This record gives sequence, C-alpha cells and structure tokens, in this order.
Amino acid sequence: MAELQLSDIRKSFGAVDVIKGVTLTVKSGEFMVFVGPSGCGKSTLLRLIAGLETISAGALSFDGQVVNNLAPSKRGIAMVFQSYALYPHMTVYDNMAFGMQLAKAGKDQIRERVEKAAELLQISPYLKRLPKQLSGGQRQRVAIGRAIVRDPKVFLFDEPLSNLDAALRVATRLEIAKLHHSMNGATMIYVTHDQVEAMTLADRICVLRDGVIEQVGTPIELYERPQSLFVAGFIGSPKMNFLNGNFAGRYGAKTIGVRSEHLQIGAGEGTWTGKVIHSENLGSDSYVYVDIGAQEPVIVREDGTKKHQPDDPIAIRPLPGQVHRFDDAGQPMGRQ
Amino acid sequence: MTTQVVAGVQPVRVSSFDLWKLIKRVAFFLLVVFIVVVMVFPFYYAILTSFKSGTDIYRVNYWPTSFALDNYTQVFANQGFLQNLSNSVIVAALTVALSLVLSVTASYALSRVNFRGRGLLLMTILAVSMFPQVAVLAGLFELIRFYNLFNSLWALIFSYTIFSLPFTVWVLTTFMRDLPVEIEEAAIVDGATPWIIIWRVFMPLLWPALVTTGLLAFIAAWNEYLFALTFTSDNSARTVPVAISLFSGISQHEVPWGTIMAASVLVTAPLVVLVLVFQRKIISGLTAGGVKG
Amino acid sequence: MTDIAVSTPARPAKREAESDLVRQRVRAAMWFLLPMLLALAVVAAWPLARSMYFSLTNASLTHLADAKFVWFNNYLHWTVLKSGRILWSGVLVDPAWWNAVWNTLRFAVLSVAIETVFGTIVALVLNAEFPGRGIVRAAVLIPWAIPTIVSAKMWGWMFNDQFGMINDLLMNMGIIHDKIAWTASADTAFFAIIIVDVWKTTPFMALLILAALQMIPRDIYEAAAIDGVHPVKTFFRVTLPLVRPALMVAVIFRLLDALRIFDLVYVLTPNSAQTKTMSVISRENLIDFDKFAYGSAESTLLFLIIAVLTIVYIWIGQVRFEGGRG
Repeated sequence: MAELQLSDIRKSFGAVDVIKGVTLTVKSGEFMVFVGPSGCGKSTLLRLIAGLETISAGALSFDGQVVNNLAPSKRGIAMVFQSYALYPHMTVYDNMAFGMQLAKAGKDQIRERVEKAAELLQISPYLKRLPKQLSGGQRQRVAIGRAIVRDPKVFLFDEPLSNLDAALRVATRLEIAKLHHSMNGATMIYVTHDQVEAMTLADRICVLRDGVIEQVGTPIELYERPQSLFVAGFIGSPKMNFLNGNFAGRYGAKTIGVRSEHLQIGAGEGTWTGKVIHSENLGSDSYVYVDIGAQEPVIVREDGTKKHQPDDPIAIRPLPGQVHRFDDAGQPMGRQ
Repeated sequence: MTTQVVAGVQPVRVSSFDLWKLIKRVAFFLLVVFIVVVMVFPFYYAILTSFKSGTDIYRVNYWPTSFALDNYTQVFANQGFLQNLSNSVIVAALTVALSLVLSVTASYALSRVNFRGRGLLLMTILAVSMFPQVAVLAGLFELIRFYNLFNSLWALIFSYTIFSLPFTVWVLTTFMRDLPVEIEEAAIVDGATPWIIIWRVFMPLLWPALVTTGLLAFIAAWNEYLFALTFTSDNSARTVPVAISLFSGISQHEVPWGTIMAASVLVTAPLVVLVLVFQRKIISGLTAGGVKG
Repeated sequence: MTDIAVSTPARPAKREAESDLVRQRVRAAMWFLLPMLLALAVVAAWPLARSMYFSLTNASLTHLADAKFVWFNNYLHWTVLKSGRILWSGVLVDPAWWNAVWNTLRFAVLSVAIETVFGTIVALVLNAEFPGRGIVRAAVLIPWAIPTIVSAKMWGWMFNDQFGMINDLLMNMGIIHDKIAWTASADTAFFAIIIVDVWKTTPFMALLILAALQMIPRDIYEAAAIDGVHPVKTFFRVTLPLVRPALMVAVIFRLLDALRIFDLVYVLTPNSAQTKTMSVISRENLIDFDKFAYGSAESTLLFLIIAVLTIVYIWIGQVRFEGGRG
C-alpha cells in the first residue's frame, strides 16, 4: 500500500499539452477514481503513474520516493486494461504467473499466489483454459487476477468495465468493490468516463477536464458541494438543471442549478409554472420534462406511479436549501 | 428470369429487362471462363507436351493424346536434374532461414520502438529491395571470387540475401505493427524486456506470419536467375532455373522441348500445390506488403 | 496507434528526461537492428560501392586487381584526332545503350498499363460473388506461382515458329497465313515479351486491386444502387477514386520493378536488339564481352535512374502520408 504524490505533473505530446499541471495526493489504501469527459487526460494521467508514458515536467512520488524515470515493473504497480490484454497463447494460469516467472520466483511461491488470487476471483476452474475459451466477464477477472498476483503497492484500472455489457458491468463493479475491501485496502486508482461507476466505487473522486483538476473530494462532497458549474453538471444522473436569466436573478446569481430529485410538483413558494413536454416512466421513478420558459426543459424526478400527459399544465418548486447558485465565473455562491 | 415461349403460339413478349440481365450473366460467365483458360492454359499445355514422346511433340493438339514418361526419365538421366533440384532447395531454404533470423528482431525494432530516424531507415530498406540486381553484380563478383566461393551454393545464399532480407524485414514489420499495443504494455508492466517480449509474447502470435513470409521469400529465392547464372559454372552448383534454361539436346541444334517441358512441370507442380494450399496466407502477405505500401 | 507512445517530442527545445523504459527500449532496438544492418552493408552497400568504383576504372574480369582509375571515361570520353575530328566514346553516346534504355522504358510503361487494366478487370470479377469464385482465384494465382524461367520456356514453346500452338491456332482461325517467328523476328519479339510479362504479373496486380476493392464498404454500392446510378458510372465515380491510392502504390511499385527486368528477356528473346533491356545489356558487357568497367558504368546508370525515381516516389509518399505510421 502506498501513498502517491503528484506534484504539478505536466505531459505534452509534441506541441499538444495534454496534462497541464496536476497536483494530487492519493492516500494509502484509498480507492481514487479519475473521471471526466473524453479527452480530459484521465487515461494519460493513469499511464503516467504506470510509467507507460514519460512525465514531461513535475514529480511523481510513491511513499516519498520520486519515480519519474523508473520503469513500470519497478514501481510496484499493476494495471488492468480496458481490453483485458491477456496473452492469447497462454493459459489463465500462465497469464497470471508470467510476471513472477520473469522475476524468477520459485514455482511453489508462484502456485500459491496464483491459486489464492484465482480463488478470490472465483476463476479457479478456468486455470488451464485459454483466454479465447472464456467469456468477457471471466477474461476481465483473469486480468484482475494477474494484477493481484503482482502484489502491487498500487492497482491501476483503465476503464475496465467499458467492454462489458450492462448487466455484467454492474456485477463486475460489485466484484471490484468487494476486492478493495478484501485486499486490506490496497491503493487503487480507477479511470472511467461513467460517473455512476465513480460515485459507487470511489472513496474520493478526482474530476478532470482539459488536463486540469476541476475538483477532488468524496462522492457526497462532489454531489452536495460542487465547486464549479462543470462539476455540478457532470456529477449526478440525470444532469442537474441549470437556469439563468430571470430565474437565476431572483436568487441573486448568474446561474442556478437544481437537481431533478430536489424538485417538487405542486404550487408553493418559488414556484415555476409551465407545461409538460414529455414524461419517461422507468417503473420506480419517472422523469418529467417541463417547459417553464427557460432555454432548456427542466427535468423533474417523480414517483413512478404518477402519470403526466404532454401539454398538461404543471407547477414545480425546488426543495428548500437545494438551489445551487453560481456567479459569473461559474463559482459557487452557496445554496439557498 | 427466363424467357417464356410457348411453341406454336405467339411468343410472350419478354421484357427487355430480363433479356438484358440474361445477356449480362452469360457475358460474365464467358469472361470468367476466358480468364481461367488464359491463366491456366500454358501450364496445361506444358503438361500435355511433357507426356508426349518422340516425334509426337511436333504435332500440335489441344487435348491429351498420349501418356509417356520418356521426357521425365530423360530429365534425370541426361540432365542431372536431381542435383539441380537439391541445389535449389538448399539455397532457397538457407537463404530464407538466414533472412528470417536476421529480420525478426529488426522488425520488432522498426515496428514497436519509436526512435529517431526510424522512418528513414524503413524507407531505405524498402529502397534496397528495389535495387536492380545487375547493379551489384560487379561488386558481388569480386567478393565471391575473393573468398573462393565461385560455383558454390554459398555464393548464391550470400547474394540472395540482398533481396530476401529487405523483403522479410518489410513484411514482418508490417505484421508486427498490427499486434495489439496493450499486450505489449501488459508485458512491460509484468517486467518483460524487449527480448522477452519478442520471443515469449509476440513470436507465438506471429508464427502464421512467419510461415507466410518464409513461403514468399522461398518462392522468390527459388525463382532467382541472374545471380545463379553468373556465379555458377557447372551443374554441381546450378539451380533449377539456370539448368532449365541450359538444357541441351543430343545434337547441337536440337532443342529438347519435351525434356524442358517435363522439367518445367516437375518444378512448377509442387509450387502450384503449395500456393493453392496456402492461398489465403499468401494473398494476405502480398497485400500486406503492397497495399500498405 | 500501435506504438508504445513513449514519446520523444517533436521539438528539441522541450527535451524531456528519458525514463528507464524508453532508454531500455531504444538501446535494445539498436542491438536488434545491428545484425540486419551489417548484413545489408556487406551484401548490398559494399558491392554497390565496388560496382560504382569499377565503373570509374579500366577493370576487366581477368584483371580485377589491376584496375586503374580512368574517371568518367567509361561514361563519356572524347579524343581529338590529328585530323581535328572529335571522337566521342562512352556509354552516354552509345546507341546500343540508348536503345536499351528505350526498350526498357517502353516495355515498363506498356506492360504496366496493360497489367493495370487487365488486373482491374480480374479484380472486379473476383470481387463479385458467384459460385466457383475460389476456383477462379486459385487459377489466377497460377501464373504468379510459376518461376519466370519456366514461364519463358512454356511460352517459348507455344510461340515456337515451327511447332508452336499459337501459330497453329491463328492459322486454323485464318488470322494469319504464314507462321510467325514470334521470339526471333524483330517485329514481334517485343510483343512476345509484353504478352508473357502481362500474363505473369496480372495476378499480382489483380490481387492488390482486389484487396483495395474489398476494403470499400458494401453500403456505398447499395446506396448508389438505391440512387439509381448506372454501374459503369458507379465504377468511375465511386469505386475508382476509392481504389486509387492503393492502385497508385501498386502501379509505381510495378513500374520500378519493370525497369530492372532481366530473366524473361534473356531467356525468351536472347540477343534481340528489340528487347534488350538495360539489365541485359549491362550483364552482356560485364560478363560476356569482358567489358567489365563498361558494363559497370551501364549498371551504375541503371541504378541511378531507379534510385532517383524511388527517392522521388518515397518523398512524395512521405509528404502525403507522413512517413507511414508512427
């Protein structure tokens, strides 16, 4: 388990600056998620930590030791790739044992570690199979097993669930969460573009945009106290409703944001009136799209048993204390 | 869409669309037949000729009339062809083996490692494969004489490398480029050195490519004429192409066409079989080098 | 990208410290390249240099070691006779040489043009789906599989003036009345070479073009069909432009290849002034006539011509395609 220190890390590919000064501390044993839109640099940052890319400027330290120029295999990291990256011609056992074989570990030691990891991930019956004989989910578990066998200080995950179908994604997400608990809190850094994965798995989330950090904090912190318009809009599904112009002016802000789960239907103070455009019913919840004369429709979450028809008149109001206010620069001004 | 004509009754008017389609189909079929005939006929005719004996050869016919093996026995008895076959096999096999050994590690460097001047080096190697062989003939002649290799198989293996090596490097580089990055990265994280990556991670995935490359290089070496003609002086070292071109008959002015055809068939038949069996691989190898340029 | 993008930045001013990984890989790459480069230096670079050297001397086959510098005399030399007349000599004023150059050029252009057209037709046929397509593709590979010398002999036999089947066939069809000496006659030798070369290399062109054709997504044809575009128009307006890059590569590759032809000409039409190419005449002087230095000059000229064309081609390719991948 190691603590990572990133000090003003920068990375350029030729003339293009991809990482523009990232300073971050990942605490020992924490599950840190890098999240952000495509092109924000989260994968690049992960690869810099792994050592697969060279850092252009700044310092990366593991437990106080600067590792900028160290080769990946010497940093004590293990990586789980998006496409699993299993060696196709080797059995599951050999895939997991490869690293240790290269390090000239003893056969018994290797077998012990591989079997333990296989048991942890429930892939013991597949040890003699080739990757092509396994399903996507099983292959991903082998990839995780390979990482475990390395007994690393830091686990790195590069969008490991992207290649799985929706149901499998949820199941494997659970496996990864369980893994973190059962490994006595190994330090894990996880990259994803899916904020649901981020919210459910992370101890802390680091939101990246355009090569810089927007905000770092626990999921609840990001949810309740977003430090910028971008983070407010990025975290939470469906996306937070934003209103400006007169709607925001009444609260003394340039822009206000209210989450769909914090809007109530019915008249009262601060009510906005309008009509229903469309209603999506998912069984447990329904999401109502309301036109209140703003630039975009406002989404309101409601109980699934209620029904609304298009063109129905409707009045909505925010729950007290749940209106996020933002100034001209997109900075938060406190909630009302 | 067939025409419908009822006998004795006024024919149903066939829509011109149907007729046009039929014509197109027939024309296409004829074209296909034409192509196949043109491509295969010379080989077929050579086989035909090789089975004729005596003066039969001087009569032209297009269908098999005789089945005599005289020409084939003569190929071995009078022309010492067995020696030539053996020479060709040895030279081609060793040339290819040598080229492959030198190319494997070189192609890894050229396809997977980013270093300054890599593009230039690749282009240079491609350029070498475009050398006119006669341009190095004088220099090679001097070298071979100097090392006393004249009229030996080593002279050929040595000189064939000039076209075999750039070819194998180029094709293997193209194949290696297509191997997935992540597997290499996973191996790097596992602590593999480039040498280990080549032999324990890439080679098992590449062996079909090696077979294809080897096959194509073998055919090129088997085919070679200029160097074999120039650097050998008697049958002990002559390869098949040179031998066939020098077949002489009983009298000075007689060209032993029957024997020549027999030898041609002997040499071509295994090659044709090889090519047909490995069709897909060969096509992918040729186009990998060609289309990707 | 298939590279490990461990970067060496494009601008030297931003030179970053190299990590162990990058250093290890670059060092390994150098060692990996060394044996191959050494081999090429020995079998290609050195002999080429020596050949060029010989072209500047008066070397002969039997007295290689005694060669003395005569500089560019083999290429161009003039002596002033006592009568005042200037006598020019050297490869550059040798009509036999320029005849060879002309033969080579017209052969290359004509042969490649015909191969490209036929190759395209064959490729289009193979691209269509019909029963027995596999057999046709196998049949098409056969000319390519046959060694050049064997092809020369097979066609030589078919072209034979006395007993060849081509004369027989044409006479039976009433197209000709006298037997033609295809490979020996000055009028027809050149065309005999073209016919055999086209037969031999059309498969190669067809395969390359077919590969390019198969990369075109079927949707485009379906969209054109729905739009009611005539198939011929589809070919020229849709298919051809998409195939053009690969086609260009193949054509230029074949052109460069055709310029150095030797085997076919030497075996099918030996000693024919109408077909003697630059390679053939070089070797003739080098080995047969023991005009070793003269032949070296010719082979060097051939090399320079091809080298210039190759460099131009690669340079254009680099400019267009940014030096390949990575």
